[in-house]
Amino acid sequence: MVICSRAIVMSFIPSGLLVVRGLWGRPSMLSLPWAVKRRLVCLASHSVEGQVEGEVYDVIISGGGMVGTAMACSLGFDPNLEGKKILLLEAGGKKTFDSVHQDYGTRVSSINLGSATLLSAVGAWDHILNMRCKPFKRMQVWDACSDALITFDKGNLEDEMGYVVENDVIVAALTKQLDSLKGQVQVRYRSRVVKYTWPPPYHVAERSPWVQVELANGQQLQTKLLIGADGPNSMVRRTAGIRTIQWNYDQSAVVAVLHLSEPTENNVAWQRFLPSGPIAMLPLSDSASSLVWSTSHQHAEDLLSLDEETFTDAVNSAFWSNEYHSDLIDTAGSVFRSALSLLIPYGSSPRQLPPSVAGIGPQSRATFPLGVGHASEYICHRGALIGDAAHRVHPLAGQGVNLGFGDVVCLTQHLSKAAFDGKDLGSTPHLLEYETDRQRHNLPMMAAIDAMKRLYSTKMAPFVLLRTLGLQATNAISPLKDQIVAFASK
Amino acid sequence: MEAVRVFRTRGMLAQLCHNARCFRLLSTLTAGNKRQKLQDSMTRPRVGFFYKTVMICKAHLNTASSTLDSSEIKKFQALANKWWDQHGEFAALHSMNDLRVPFVRDNLLNLNGGRKSGFPLSGYKILDVGCGGGVLSEPLARLGACITGIDPVEDSIKTAQLHQSFDPFLDKHIHYKACALEDITEEAMETFDGVVASEVVEHVSNVESFIKCCHKILKPEASLFITTINKTKLSYVFGILVAENMLKLLPKGTHEWEKFISPVELERIMESNGFSVKSIKGMLYNPISGLWSWIDSTAINYAIHAVKEKVPPEPDYCRSEDKDQPEDRT
Repeated sequence: MVICSRAIVMSFIPSGLLVVRGLWGRPSMLSLPWAVKRRLVCLASHSVEGQVEGEVYDVIISGGGMVGTAMACSLGFDPNLEGKKILLLEAGGKKTFDSVHQDYGTRVSSINLGSATLLSAVGAWDHILNMRCKPFKRMQVWDACSDALITFDKGNLEDEMGYVVENDVIVAALTKQLDSLKGQVQVRYRSRVVKYTWPPPYHVAERSPWVQVELANGQQLQTKLLIGADGPNSMVRRTAGIRTIQWNYDQSAVVAVLHLSEPTENNVAWQRFLPSGPIAMLPLSDSASSLVWSTSHQHAEDLLSLDEETFTDAVNSAFWSNEYHSDLIDTAGSVFRSALSLLIPYGSSPRQLPPSVAGIGPQSRATFPLGVGHASEYICHRGALIGDAAHRVHPLAGQGVNLGFGDVVCLTQHLSKAAFDGKDLGSTPHLLEYETDRQRHNLPMMAAIDAMKRLYSTKMAPFVLLRTLGLQATNAISPLKDQIVAFASK
Repeated sequence: MEAVRVFRTRGMLAQLCHNARCFRLLSTLTAGNKRQKLQDSMTRPRVGFFYKTVMICKAHLNTASSTLDSSEIKKFQALANKWWDQHGEFAALHSMNDLRVPFVRDNLLNLNGGRKSGFPLSGYKILDVGCGGGVLSEPLARLGACITGIDPVEDSIKTAQLHQSFDPFLDKHIHYKACALEDITEEAMETFDGVVASEVVEHVSNVESFIKCCHKILKPEASLFITTINKTKLSYVFGILVAENMLKLLPKGTHEWEKFISPVELERIMESNGFSVKSIKGMLYNPISGLWSWIDSTAINYAIHAVKEKVPPEPDYCRSEDKDQPEDRT
C-alpha cells in the first residue's frame, strides 16, 4: 500500500500532493520492498568495470556555488569531523574578495535569519558585512488587480527581517573562510567531473565500495560520501538514478540593478503581483535596488531589448499603475477592509508605494528561465543532494538559497552525530533522517510558493476576489503573519 | 574442517532442541550432550574451549565444510553480504551499534577525561572479543582507537579483513586474528585499555574463566564492556521464540536459553574476580522501527560496564559493600 501511494503521487503534478509524499518519510521496515526497488535502480545505473585506484576521501562535495561552499565550510569547522578528508570540486574559477566589483552584481539573494546564523557560525558573515550587505526591516506584497496588500515586519522597526546580499559576495566570503581551513578541506578549482560511478548498495567482494569520481583531466578519485551541490541540472542526481518531478514555468526572470530617483531610507522589500508575474524590488543601498521581474519569455526578451529610459518607465508603471483594477473588486475589497477594521482595529496598514526608479546600472540587465523541480529522494547509498540539486523554486518568495542553507545545517548536524558515533558517513540510516527532516520542511514551502504563483497568475474575477479577501484577512491577523515569517526564517 | 562438521552437527542438534515442545526436557538433554561434546573437544588443539557455541551459530553460515577452493569465493561473498547488509540477517546487530558505541565511548571518556574532537578514542587499545564480521570493531576504530578483533571462526575474520581492506584508515587501526581469547591471554598480559565482549557471553560455557582471562589482559583501571541477554522467562519468549522462530530476526539456533546469564550473576562473577561494576543498563529492540533503546528493566538484553580494580582480588568470594550500583550512567 505504501508503494502504491508513492507511485500514484509521483505521477501526479499538482503541488498539494507533493506534500503528502514528502511528509510520509521512510520508515525502515515498512519500506523494505521499496528498498529492494531502489537497489535495482541503483544497480541499473552502474557500469561493470573493475576496481579503480584513486585517493579515498571521506566526503567530496561536487559544486562550489553558494550552497556547496557553505557545506564545505560547515563540515570543515565541525569539531566531530576534524581529521576527515574533505574535498570541494568546482568547475569554475576561484571567486575572491578582489574580484568583487565596485558595481553591484546582478544576481542577488535575500538571506533570512536562519541563513545568516549559518554564515556567522562559519565566520563568513563578518566578511559579508565588510563587503556589501543591506538589511531590510519590512516587506510589502500587494496585488495589481486590487488594493489588497500584506506587510510583514517585526513589530518595532528596529529588528531586521532579512538581508539582501549579492551572490558573488556570499561566495567570496565563504571562499575566504575556506582558505583558513586549508589543512582540513581541500578545494580544486577548474575541475569538471565527467563521470560518477556508484557502488552497489551492499558490499560485493571484488568491487570497491566507494563512489568513483572521474575528472576531465583524467584523474580518478574515490569517496565514502558524495554530496551533490551542482545546481538544478545536477549530474550527481542524474547518475544516481534519482527521479525528479519538475516542470518549467513559461516564465523568465529579468534581473537588473536600479538607480533610485532620490536617496531614501531604503529598508523595505517590495513585491507586486501582476497577472504576467510578480515584480520585486530589493534594496541594495540607499540609492540602488535590485529588480527581479518574472514574466513571460516574450515579454522578457522585449524588456531586454528596450533602451534604458523605456525600461525604467516600464518598471515604474508596473509598480504604480492601476490598469488591472476593476470596480467590483475595489468595492468588495474596501467593504471587507472596513469590516475587518471594525473587528481588528490595528489590522490594516496603509498602502505605500515603492521609490521611483531613475535609471539602471550599465549592462546590468539579464534574464534566466524559471522552473520548479523536486528530487523524489534527496539521498541514495553514499550520496546526498543539497540546494538546487534537490529542490528548485520560483524566486517570488526569496527562499531558493535559504532552503539550500537549511539543507547545509541539517546535513552537517546529521553527519556530525554520525561521525561521533563512528558510523560510515555514506551509510543510509542517518542520511535518511536528513532527507525526512528536510522534505518535511521544504515540501510545504514549495507547495505554498507554487500555489501562490498559480493563484496570482490569473485575472479572472472570482480568483481575484478570493485572493483579495484572503490577503486582507491574513494581513489583519498578526499571529498568523508571525507564523509565516517564522516559517520562512528557519 | 572436522571441527566444523562436529560443531555443525551440534548446531543442528541445537536447532532440533529449540523446536522441542518441552523446554525442561530440552535443557537436560542438551546439558548431557554438551558435557559429552565438551570432553571430546578437550583434546582438539587450537580450538578455544570457550567458543564452541560461538562456532555453532556461525557455522550455520558455512554452506560447505570440506569444500573446493572455487566455492570459497562464493562463500565469502555470501558471508560478506550477510554480515554487512544492514537490512539483512544481522540488521539488529548493526542497529545495536547506536547503543553500544556511545556506551563504550562515553564510559571510556568519562573515566579518563576525554577530549571531544574528530578522534575521541585515539590512543586507546581495545580488544573486541567475538568480533564476527567486524560490525562493532569498525565504528570504534573510526573513533581513533586501535582495535584488535578476535573470533574463532576464520571465515568471519576473513570477511572482516576484506571489508576493512578498502578503507586505508581502518586498515591502519584494526588488526584481526582468528583465535580464541585464551590463545592470546599469555602474550597480551595487561596490554589493553578496554575489552568489549558484545553478544558473546551467552555463547560461552564457562563465564568465570572468560572473566578471568579478561582480567589478565586488561591494564589496571581499564574497562570491560559486556552486552548479553538475561536469563528470564521474558528473554526466552522474546529473545528466542519471537526473535528466532517468529520474526526471524536471527538465524535459528543462535541462542540457547541455558547459556543466558542474569546481571546479578554476572556482577557477582565480575566482582569476585577483581572488577568493580560501574553500571548496568537494560536494552530493548523494537522490531518495527528496527531501533534499539535504553530502558530501565534488564529483563531481556542488558549492557554492563566494569573497571578492573587496581588491587589484586582476594581469593575468597566477597561482595562489594556498595550494593546500589547506579542504574543509569549518564
